[in-house]
Amino acid sequence: MSAPTLDTTAREALASACAAVADPDGRDGHDDVDGVRPGLVARPTDVAQVAEVMRVATAHDLVVVPRGRGTKLTWGAPPTRADVLLDLAGLDAVLDHQAGDLIVAAQAGARLSAVQEVAGSADQRLALDETVPGTSIGGLLATNTSGPGRVAVGSARDLLIGVTVVRADGVVAKAGGRVVKNVAGYDLGKLLIGSVGTLAVVVDATFRLHPRPAAHTWVSAPAATPAEAQRLTQAVLHAQAVPGAIEVEWPRDAQGTGGVVSVLLEGREDGVAARAATVRGLLGAAASESTDAPAAGAAYPWDTAARGDERSLALKCTFALSGLADVLGAAERAGARVRGSAGAGVVYAALPPGTGAEEARAAVEGLRRATTARGGSTVVVDAPAHLKAGLDVWGPVPALDLMRRVKDQLDPDHRLAPGRFVGGI
Amino acid sequence: MTTTTEPGPTAATAAGIEAVAEVARRLLPADGVISDHARLRTYECDGLAHYRVTPALVVMPEDTAQLAAVVRACAEHRVPYVARGSGTGLSGGALPHAEGVLVVTSRMRSITQMRPEDQRAVVDPGVINLDVTRAATPHGYYYAPDPSSQQICSIGGNVAENSGGAHCLKYGFTTNHVVGADFVTSDGDVVALGGDAPDTPGYDLLGAVVGSEGTLGVVTSTTVRLTRLPEEVRTILVGFATTDQAGAATSAIISAGIVPAAIEMMDALAIEAAEAATHCGYPEGAGAVLVIELDGASGEVEAEYAEVERFCAENGAFEQRLATDPTDRALIWKGRKSAFAAVGRISPDYIVQDGVIPRTALPEVLTAIAELSASSGVRVANVFHAGDGNLHPLVLFDDAVEGAGEAAEEVSGAILDLCIQHGGSITGEHGVGMDKAKYMPRMYTDEDLDTMQMVRCAFDPQNISNPGKVFPTPRLCGEVPGRHKGAHPLQDAGLAEVF
Repeated sequence: MSAPTLDTTAREALASACAAVADPDGRDGHDDVDGVRPGLVARPTDVAQVAEVMRVATAHDLVVVPRGRGTKLTWGAPPTRADVLLDLAGLDAVLDHQAGDLIVAAQAGARLSAVQEVAGSADQRLALDETVPGTSIGGLLATNTSGPGRVAVGSARDLLIGVTVVRADGVVAKAGGRVVKNVAGYDLGKLLIGSVGTLAVVVDATFRLHPRPAAHTWVSAPAATPAEAQRLTQAVLHAQAVPGAIEVEWPRDAQGTGGVVSVLLEGREDGVAARAATVRGLLGAAASESTDAPAAGAAYPWDTAARGDERSLALKCTFALSGLADVLGAAERAGARVRGSAGAGVVYAALPPGTGAEEARAAVEGLRRATTARGGSTVVVDAPAHLKAGLDVWGPVPALDLMRRVKDQLDPDHRLAPGRFVGGI
Repeated sequence: MTTTTEPGPTAATAAGIEAVAEVARRLLPADGVISDHARLRTYECDGLAHYRVTPALVVMPEDTAQLAAVVRACAEHRVPYVARGSGTGLSGGALPHAEGVLVVTSRMRSITQMRPEDQRAVVDPGVINLDVTRAATPHGYYYAPDPSSQQICSIGGNVAENSGGAHCLKYGFTTNHVVGADFVTSDGDVVALGGDAPDTPGYDLLGAVVGSEGTLGVVTSTTVRLTRLPEEVRTILVGFATTDQAGAATSAIISAGIVPAAIEMMDALAIEAAEAATHCGYPEGAGAVLVIELDGASGEVEAEYAEVERFCAENGAFEQRLATDPTDRALIWKGRKSAFAAVGRISPDYIVQDGVIPRTALPEVLTAIAELSASSGVRVANVFHAGDGNLHPLVLFDDAVEGAGEAAEEVSGAILDLCIQHGGSITGEHGVGMDKAKYMPRMYTDEDLDTMQMVRCAFDPQNISNPGKVFPTPRLCGEVPGRHKGAHPLQDAGLAEVF
């Protein structure tokens, strides 16, 4: 794939705008954005440089795609163009940790693991699972990833309390702040979460933290049918056992027989033991207990490190809690492997690499029908290019007109990651 | 009281209002449209009574279709509108517009779905907050956000203000508990935002709408998350000699990794007022009390209670009382939740302030407030959510005394400056509304506010949805898209020539 050629003046302007610029690394498509090769990679090391890059991009009418650590750059739809890949790995500082106030602030390029390390020094944690190894804070926000822990404290939208962005026109702006309770002005952070870099470039973010629980245990039990998985999940949800996660894995083995429901209990040692006993009672005689997470932990049911045609067809399915059995049934029919949060109504489904176009289309349609019937949606998270091209990545999106108006206000020239998001935004 | 009307409704005229009234009279029952001046005055203020504006028209739609039709008529005639739930807001967010329509949702009061199996309820915007919990409790669930006004405030108002409450320390705010809504845009279209399931594809417009104080549009049917009732709840009333001691106890509890459902603090003056009003039995002679509530699984609550008791004792608590039954618990909470009104017992007039500081700055800020009070001679009673640093200083004054109101305003504003200096916020839960728009530039840069207003321009390019609130100066939105280009509809219809 040939890269768009930037004229010399644009290159020079970008080179003087930020610490380093480089040609894209063409050997393994390392710098490609889902198959689209950028014209240039810009590597700023501070917010002022990010702003300057955006001003240069505006002056030279360049399209910019932001990147954190590049672990999920193939997600979403491919951009229509990528003149500049804005690599934020140089903005990697954990800026502030106030243990007494239970907050942490980090730059967009900081890895989630680095933030956890800092918070962990005070026995605290940012209650967001590392579902893709190496993920950055910016990338996590752009893709809105979540894992088993969302049953207890929610997802990024429930934890982000402040954000600084560089707008498409290079203006630096912030919303929210450093306190958990704050209703002054619009909550722009919510709009940025899951926006795939199409609204503004997030440069730093502030989150609320939670104390790290002293003890935890997993209680797991087999479920023979989707209906049984739902019954077990409902029993735990309706008990007063305060689950930290309710995961489902389907099927549980290569033979494709039934699945597993696993419940995480966290808290004080004595309390966890008592609640685990309650949950064991609910899950039946076959229930077992372990401090180890179910085999896959927070990982998605596909290989997130795979590239090109080695990628699985990866789907995110959401639904009202009582729709679990319907969704598992639809996945079974589609031959998809499922893992995810039965207790939050968010599961991930995968068909293996090599899945044909027909099979892929049928799987997406089947799961989309099942999830929308239960108040949710099915989104194609990732897939080989040839499959993605034939699929409706985002599915039906209500209020699309309002979304376009938001995009047109914040990025009127569609300079940021065009084509990556819903409705071609 | 004037509102800034540029660039929106300068053209709003009697003709425009009359055109909207005609649409409303055609669709709504006769008693759902009020244009009689004496009756309009009933709606001249919300919970912040010192701002008063009589609206030009009041409509009380009975369903989303009627409400949308009224908004559509407003859009066509560029008439500003303000949505109002129960009118309990404390920042003038539902203050009417003199040349506009007040859309009152009090006739939209049905809980249309109760689905414990999905942990969801669907409710109309006029439904009272506490009624959601009352309807969910038989199923073992409740609606977590609990503003002090929960017996009268509406879900629609809660959504507009992103209401909090004592228990948001552990459970979060309205934005964490509202998952979907039918939304009436400023064009009068109805669109679905969010849904039953989380993570609806596309921008999280609902996340932007919650807490936007009615400036982006109006939410009608709302899907809320229901929370499982805890196995056990323990409410403790603790008396201390000083607020410093109570603050130190709070720090010790949080540092130990305990997240209580609530930690509330009141100082001596607030205790005096609460006692006079509700006879809540707070410890005599206390310089500060903490109301601490622990909830969760029984074993954990018991263990946490033992630790909390120890932390309080270590930090000088002279009395600790565990509520032994629901009546006792209700009495402890009554003292706290009626604190604002109770201050009326000890002062003819008062300002309820709402600011936030990082919790660790509490001792420093309380000392500074005491100094402000001493140097100005203005008394300040403190009631606050100690766990999350949300202060509600009550600034007391007597309006009959010349200059007292101004002095109180000055102290009240200085307290907000303290909050900003310490990295906090000018409002934690009461909203910006009319009251605090002027303080927004102290917390945010022009660029920050400009960026927020880009979102407003996307949702409400004509600036007709609750104009004049939140932002000190409106932003010009440029070309208004869609159907509003060209001549004004009234001109088209030959009803008016010049605006």
